[in-house]
Amino acid sequence: MSLPLIVLLPLLGSLIPLLCSNRQRNLNALTTALLPAIALGIVIAHAPGVISGEVYHFSMSWVPQLGLDLAFRIDGLSLLFLLLILGIGLLIILYARYYLSPDDSMPRFYAYLMLFMTSMIGIVMADNLLLLWVFWELTSLSSFLLIGYWYQQSEARRGARMALAVTGMGGLAMLAGFLLIGHIVGTYDMQTVLDSRDLIQADPRYLPALLLVLLGAFTKSAQFPFHFWLPHAMAAPTPVSAFLHSATMVKAGVFLLARMHPALAGSQLWLYIVTLTGLVTMIYAAYFALLKYDLKGVLAFSTISHLGMITMLFGLDSKLAVVAGLFHIVNHAMFKATLFMSSGIVDHETGTRDIRKLSGLRRSMPMTAALAALAAASMAGVPLLNGFISKEMMLTETLGTGILGGLAWLIPVLATLGSVLSVAYSLRYVRNVFFGPEAQELPKTPHEAPLMMRLPMILLVVPCILVGLMPALILTGLLDAAAQATILSPRPELHLSLWHGFNLPLLMSAIALAGGVGLYVLRRNLFSFQRQFPQRNALMIFEHNTRRVLHWAQEAIDRLENGSLQRYMLWLIIAVLFLTGSGLLDLEQLQGPLPLQPLDGLLIAGAAITILAGLGTAVLHRRRLVSLMMLSVVGLMVSLAFARFSAPDLALTQLAVEVVTVILLMLALFFLPQRTPKESSGGRVVRDVLLAAAFGGIVASLNYALLTRPLNSISGFFLENSVSGGGGHNVVNVILVDFRGFDTLGEITVLCIAAIGIYKLLNRLRLFMPSSDSEGRPWSKDLHPMLLGTVSQSLLPLALLVSVFIFLRGHNEPGGGFIAGLVTAVALILLYIARGVDWTQQRMSYQYQPIAVTGVAIAAMTGLGSWVFGHNFLTSAFGHFSLPWIGEIELATAMLFDLGVYLTVVGATLMILANLGKLTTRHRPSKENEKETV
Amino acid sequence: MEALFATVTGFLAASGLYLALRGRTFPVVVGLTLLSYAVNLFLFSTGGLTTNGAAVMQDGVTHYADPLPQALVLTAIVIGFAMTAFSVILAMRVRGDQGSDQVNDQRAEESKEEKS
Repeated sequence: MSLPLIVLLPLLGSLIPLLCSNRQRNLNALTTALLPAIALGIVIAHAPGVISGEVYHFSMSWVPQLGLDLAFRIDGLSLLFLLLILGIGLLIILYARYYLSPDDSMPRFYAYLMLFMTSMIGIVMADNLLLLWVFWELTSLSSFLLIGYWYQQSEARRGARMALAVTGMGGLAMLAGFLLIGHIVGTYDMQTVLDSRDLIQADPRYLPALLLVLLGAFTKSAQFPFHFWLPHAMAAPTPVSAFLHSATMVKAGVFLLARMHPALAGSQLWLYIVTLTGLVTMIYAAYFALLKYDLKGVLAFSTISHLGMITMLFGLDSKLAVVAGLFHIVNHAMFKATLFMSSGIVDHETGTRDIRKLSGLRRSMPMTAALAALAAASMAGVPLLNGFISKEMMLTETLGTGILGGLAWLIPVLATLGSVLSVAYSLRYVRNVFFGPEAQELPKTPHEAPLMMRLPMILLVVPCILVGLMPALILTGLLDAAAQATILSPRPELHLSLWHGFNLPLLMSAIALAGGVGLYVLRRNLFSFQRQFPQRNALMIFEHNTRRVLHWAQEAIDRLENGSLQRYMLWLIIAVLFLTGSGLLDLEQLQGPLPLQPLDGLLIAGAAITILAGLGTAVLHRRRLVSLMMLSVVGLMVSLAFARFSAPDLALTQLAVEVVTVILLMLALFFLPQRTPKESSGGRVVRDVLLAAAFGGIVASLNYALLTRPLNSISGFFLENSVSGGGGHNVVNVILVDFRGFDTLGEITVLCIAAIGIYKLLNRLRLFMPSSDSEGRPWSKDLHPMLLGTVSQSLLPLALLVSVFIFLRGHNEPGGGFIAGLVTAVALILLYIARGVDWTQQRMSYQYQPIAVTGVAIAAMTGLGSWVFGHNFLTSAFGHFSLPWIGEIELATAMLFDLGVYLTVVGATLMILANLGKLTTRHRPSKENEKETV
Repeated sequence: MEALFATVTGFLAASGLYLALRGRTFPVVVGLTLLSYAVNLFLFSTGGLTTNGAAVMQDGVTHYADPLPQALVLTAIVIGFAMTAFSVILAMRVRGDQGSDQVNDQRAEESKEEKS
């Protein structure tokens, strides 16, 4: 159970710094360090077990449909990385406390750092491929935040963006690879995948899966040709670089190679791709490390180079090579973190990182100089330090490889060349910065850094020396356990020692040291050689390409999306015609087996009126008022059709909606032109008529085909259970408020949102208000005729009574919240029309927004209420009660829900219509808003 | 009767679509409303056309109209109203802010789409 805590504690830890103020720096650092320290304690408690060969698992289902489990493991490999991440992470917290200036937000820094640490821990502990990927992408995101920490600087922003783009894309490729592996194996469980090596490698999908996973690893570990993001990530604060590029971020890539080694390695494909990529990266980056003037630039390229070396070791077909790779991961993390910290101190104390300006700093900061020199010696592979031993192992393994056949000698030769370069740039780093004459004209006068800033370096350099002197004593157990997790099958006997006798690798080491010193002495020739090549800035190239892609995408979008609604409609309709038309072509005949029902005169007359009115709406559309009248005829005929075909609820709803729609459109028409100018060319009209006819034909055919075929409906269920399960006889209403209540809740929410949207759209809307109609006749002076006013006023209580009646009986007779709400709304709107806004406003100063929102809230609360009684959301309860004098009545919670529907419909309808009406008066929404805010 | 019903639906859909393809906002809104009538009728008819069916549950009655499409269409009618309202007010807002009631983006190419 303590396994998830290791991930969870740092995650919680990312919140803690945010509670502190920026001024309490010590407190901030201490509290931040607390939780990862506990996590480190838990890890160490597991260490003896893991070293003795145990593997700890923890698993919890997360999204079982996807095969994504919250599964963690600690094996030797995880342990090795956990110790590095948490150990170096704690040192970085200490270092950053003194590195950050008071202007930098410390809480934000620590929060990002802990988030990043969490995601790294997640990667190394994940026991499920998909979970690993989740944490993998989380490292990309959190490293984006860290690299862009100084977001005021354009360099930092661009560097962060590039790192995110490259590693994020790699992560997506890796996900695709994992999915393929998951399909081959049938599960995403790590152990099963690792055990299925033969199955995976025999599958034809092995090649794409391998390439995709490697793409993820290589982008993260900055392998050639994806290395270019890493030097630009140096825009980050130095503690971030020290953490990301020593123990974490870039190590995630090589971790992935080690983790997937049992499943993916061993093929010729793996051997060639991984080994050669690593080798090329190692030499390429080492060469450029030698040429950089920025201290962090040197370290960045040397990091890429060392990662190349580790990658190469994981690629080689020897088990000891894997051990050497793991060993070098540890060594590199220690000396590289130290070196980054030293560059941070130099930067901090002198104000520059330019090697050309720096010189002779050992006088002013002897301690830092000594520590940096030791770490650089380890990086160069000088004997008695840890870097020497892993480099010796590396050189040994390159000798025994069977890759490249007759050209196999190339590998050790190139590896030695890489080592030569490594010695040269290490020497340059130390010699040029700390030795030589005292530097002149530095931006600041250098002093030794505070002890607390040097302490993390001391804590890292001491193990470098100890491991260098007695490697077997310190690391055998840990490396053995890690190797066991990486190689699985019989692992080689591990002999870590300083002295292997006089042999070829020792000679190669000697050549590397001597050659490196020689190269350093002759470096001026190299610099002048390099000067003949034009300088290329990866960031510029990357941004140039990004812009080109964006430009291309924008052009493509512009071509498709040119702002013409008519064209969008056209494409939409063509797609619909094509899809439905092809479906109809597949039918053997249009008419189905059902017998046709007889016609009568009334039906024919009704149909004729509807068709004529429909056509009239379209044909007369340029005379808008006439067209609107035609539309209302269609609406009424539809309502009658519903009544004719046994749907009284629908007929009532349609009737009420028809009234409000026509009033709404009339009001809108008041503000819009009364006529549509003749614009469409003859060709366009013909085209549209043909399209419309084709569409109508297809709709009619589809409808006819549907009506004449038997249908297996699920309505039987509703009919059977309406009375017994929902307590209502009106099945339509029971479906609305009970069976499908959740749908209705969604519907009224949409209605409410639409009304609020309209309210906002009307806010501060300035419109031209015509003083006469389209024929130039002035409006009638009698705006509110007496007769209409009196009638509507006396109708109001009646209409309200009717709506209450319709509402109450809704559960058992045609009616319900929707219809009752519409009736109420219509009655109130009639009052507005008859008496005017001023008059109505005085007597009824309701705000309609709260009514609509209350309605939705009541409906939602009713649903939630059933949770209180331990039922599912929106389960309804009902019962029969008998009241004195009135008799037996039935009450259902569904009625409460229906009340919510009622209020929403009233509120929303009036919010739309009343506010639109108010536009014509001084009560326009904008003014009321101003009043409210004053 | 089925053929007649289908014909009505088809004509309404065709008229609505023709209007929806116009270049000014008001006819488009009217067209969408007409289209929604057609769609509602279509949806409603998926349960079959029932003459003299019982609307509410009664003992001994077995001839009911299919309630499910009715429930769907009932909410569709109300939502359709909300949509009509929203689009017509949007049209007014566009006219208020940009002084035009054309549906096409005025910044877009003036030429073909507009004139034709």
